[in-house]
Amino acid sequence: MVLARDPLRQAMVASIYGLLLGILFFLFQAPDVALSQTVVGAVALPMMILLALAKVRGGEE
Amino acid sequence: MSDRVRLGVFGVSLAGLLGLVMWAFVGLPDFGDYRGPYGDILNRVAVPERSTTDVVTAVNFDYRGFDTLGEEFILFTAVIGVASILRTLRGERTRPPDDDAAGRDVPETSLPIRVTGLGLVAPTVLIGIYIVAHGHQTPGGGFQGGVILATALLLTYLSADYMTLRAVGPNWLIELAEGLGAAGFALIGVAGLVFGSAFFENVLGKGTPGELPSAGLIPLSNAAVGLAVTGGFIFMLSEFLEQALTRRRDRRRGRGARRSA
Repeated sequence: MVLARDPLRQAMVASIYGLLLGILFFLFQAPDVALSQTVVGAVALPMMILLALAKVRGGEE
Repeated sequence: MSDRVRLGVFGVSLAGLLGLVMWAFVGLPDFGDYRGPYGDILNRVAVPERSTTDVVTAVNFDYRGFDTLGEEFILFTAVIGVASILRTLRGERTRPPDDDAAGRDVPETSLPIRVTGLGLVAPTVLIGIYIVAHGHQTPGGGFQGGVILATALLLTYLSADYMTLRAVGPNWLIELAEGLGAAGFALIGVAGLVFGSAFFENVLGKGTPGELPSAGLIPLSNAAVGLAVTGGFIFMLSEFLEQALTRRRDRRRGRGARRSA
């Protein structure tokens, strides 16, 4: 996350981290939390960042 | 501060932090060594008392239903916040959103993406509904299933376009789902007050563990939360989408530019 300077890449890395954390929760026998973590951390949050980026970049052009 | 001094300070603080973290880790109880009394008690009583085979859901929607109500309204408030920040201000004109409104040259969505996306919509909806409906038996529940249902609508945007998304999920329907879900969950809590003795008391019959209609009010709470979360997430995502796709013009700025010209 620190090494990727481009916000677009950071969003992708955040998504992968979200998925990894979800898998980790699942491995430690917390499937309820794993499900929420996967859908929110890996899908919903990066999606919102991407949409915000699209808006910001659209305004610059 | 020279680079060397900065590195030195960084090294010292890193060593200090690592030392503290290691110290904290050593003091942790072993994995699986649970000391609190409540978890063990709940694990023993949840199935006979509430007929829920998923104790986490029993805690979320029954024993600590009040906390979940608070969380539900955190999401509700967040959605209201997004809606009020992104609303159309006076002096702003909006154009009808279409995919090239932000000045982008959008390539046609390729056929494989369309087919895969549209093919995924139905399974996603099914999984979402399954997770909401079986919240009291298997891991998952209203929140997880709701977010999955919301992503199903996002798939229609990815594989079709924005207008299709609007047609499938018009604003009034989304807002209705959000409002009904949030209010429904609160009313289920009130039902405990009316027919029982405490807020969120499980006043319905508990049924047989493992059957779909069991665990009293918990499946209903799950459905209400699922509805609210689906509505809330779709609402937020479509607000963000609309922002990304619409070019807003500030009328005042336009007038000023004309005057100076």
